[in-house]
Amino acid sequence: DQLLNRPRSLSGPSGKLTLLCDANTDGSFLVHHFLSFYLKANCKVCFVALIQSFSHYNIVGQKLGVSLTVARECGQLVFLEGLKSSVDVFFRAQAEPHPLQFLREANAENLQPLYEFVREALKPVDDGEAAWRCPVLLVDDLSVLLSLGMGAVAVLDFIHYCRATVCWERKGNIVALVHDSGDTEDEENNILLNGLSHQSHLILRAEGLATGFCRDVHGQLRILWRTPSQPTTQRDQSLTYQYKIQDKSVSFFAKGMSPAVL
Amino acid sequence: MAAVATCGTGAGSTGSVVAAGSKNHVTSFQRRGPRASGSDSSYSRLVSIAGTRPSVRNGQLLVSTGLPALDQLLGGGLAVGTVLLIEEDKYNIYSSLLFKYFLAEGIINGHTLLVASAKEDPADILQELPAPLLDDNFKKDFDEEACNHKTAESNIKMKIAWRYQLLPKMEAGPVSSSRFGHYYDASKKMPQELIEASKWHGFFFPEKSSSTLNIEPCSLTHGYIKLLQFIQNIIYEEGFDGSNPQKKQKNILRIGIQNLGSPLWGDDICCTENGNSHSLTKFLYVLRGLLRTSLSACMITMPTHLIQNKAIISRVTNLSDTVVGLESFIGSERETNPLYKDYHGLIHIRQIPRLNNLIYDVSDVKDLAFKLKRKLFTIEEEKEYTLNDLYKRLHLPPDLSDTVSRSSKQDLAEPSKLLGPGCGVMAGGKKHLDF
Repeated sequence: DQLLNRPRSLSGPSGKLTLLCDANTDGSFLVHHFLSFYLKANCKVCFVALIQSFSHYNIVGQKLGVSLTVARECGQLVFLEGLKSSVDVFFRAQAEPHPLQFLREANAENLQPLYEFVREALKPVDDGEAAWRCPVLLVDDLSVLLSLGMGAVAVLDFIHYCRATVCWERKGNIVALVHDSGDTEDEENNILLNGLSHQSHLILRAEGLATGFCRDVHGQLRILWRTPSQPTTQRDQSLTYQYKIQDKSVSFFAKGMSPAVL
Repeated sequence: MAAVATCGTGAGSTGSVVAAGSKNHVTSFQRRGPRASGSDSSYSRLVSIAGTRPSVRNGQLLVSTGLPALDQLLGGGLAVGTVLLIEEDKYNIYSSLLFKYFLAEGIINGHTLLVASAKEDPADILQELPAPLLDDNFKKDFDEEACNHKTAESNIKMKIAWRYQLLPKMEAGPVSSSRFGHYYDASKKMPQELIEASKWHGFFFPEKSSSTLNIEPCSLTHGYIKLLQFIQNIIYEEGFDGSNPQKKQKNILRIGIQNLGSPLWGDDICCTENGNSHSLTKFLYVLRGLLRTSLSACMITMPTHLIQNKAIISRVTNLSDTVVGLESFIGSERETNPLYKDYHGLIHIRQIPRLNNLIYDVSDVKDLAFKLKRKLFTIEEEKEYTLNDLYKRLHLPPDLSDTVSRSSKQDLAEPSKLLGPGCGVMAGGKKHLDF
């Protein structure tokens, strides 16, 4: 991948929350990138995949150079396949609390079972086996939880708990995707998006072009670095690139510098 | 599962895995594609499912939607395991036609059908299906049409023609050797013997609503719960998900759900703004879960223009794989607009899924209009009119046509997302005419 513009060093400060956001376009390429990035960097990843099936991520991952099947088998990847599990939860009563328990309940209060699942998945392994680097929680995507009956506050609480465990306690990172519904009045989604934006260290926002669909430039990516914990007088750094998604990678270029135009 | 795993991690192979019945009793939705090694017998078994073909782009197994031109727009067809959401046009004329094409295609290909409706009895729906155009009959009519092109078309018979100009490889008529995608004559009914020979399951909500509720209350409305249970039952009983070791299903289940979200299903999102906002979205999510783990494809028509809470529409779009919106000109200002005289409505491809891929097939053309002509349903790009064309069409003296052409070209070029501004522009043009 040609995402050279972001200085990423895992030995540096961890405990970051990265917010992925898409508006008028599909930001899933960012999710695929982060998944392959962290797996290649030998991190232990817990992937809460609510939108697509395992094989979808696996096949795209192979194009990007990682094998999810291998990672899952050797314990590096803990994969919660939302679509498949939802069928199990919905049609059959489960003996133990299931992370997607809220699908069965009329008024689910919170996402505690899901949080317990994440905490269990990213528990540090003490028996001296291959030590993975920092734990990572990846969620694709949080807006679906709103569609499934959870309130925005419940989802924000869930992320808060996860941050406490993953980011602060275990010095890991969290990456989550939220859809920006734009001008449709999805208030719950806006609450979620704004709440997370204020907590994030890095915001990657994929937007469709204002002029509509274009074959050579698929969209625009805005990158914003923030320091939410310390009020600083420095302005947050921000960069904007336009991108085109290809079969195995994404190419970035400065605005107006698409190879098709030059 | 072991064989599947080794193939999956094969070096260089782009993950073309064939999912036969696996040890975990669930056939996960996996890509099927050309493979160098591995169980070729199971690959050929899957390919030999009638009415399907692997996608050129990513080896996905595709079924036809019943409209070959719509298949072209969707990148070859509807992928097995996905949901196609049709946003209904205002009077549900053309969307129910698409629904019938989808079911008719299933009958022709021998797929099992599952028809769910709260409005009409599925048996009645099946009686109304259009008849398939047999190749020799069609060719005769097609030649006839070419001759009659100059004469005035009679408006009495419904005519649907399918011609997609931008794809030169596509023939104008049905390809006699293709088993993927057929053409249908909307004026004739499907022969009774074909319907009787087909396997179908019907879910008519008013009949099923009287039975008792067995599962714990969750926020889904009663109708949706019953429908999900019905679908899951069929999938499990008939072995579409590979979990039943006795039944090796080699067929596709086509699920058609009509008017989902309308008050007839017991959902009130079309009635009030603060209705049950999670019922429909939860239903779609669990439905997609069912589809991903079985050999089935689903078409849903939904009256999105009636849904009061716009947030639900965007959530529903995000939860569906492919979304196509229909907008008919009936009753709108565009019906009498001479520029739109040739067409019956607009088609908006709102969303195409990226399955097993970072990219997706998308046509370059975004402004598409459809029309119903003699026997086929046509989708075309909205024509760019030259000034002379406009002059002739609108019977205007040259100086006024200037203004009209500019404003109407704007109208054509605008991605037809909102009806309002588009009509506003045209209304402005008309004012000039009235002067």
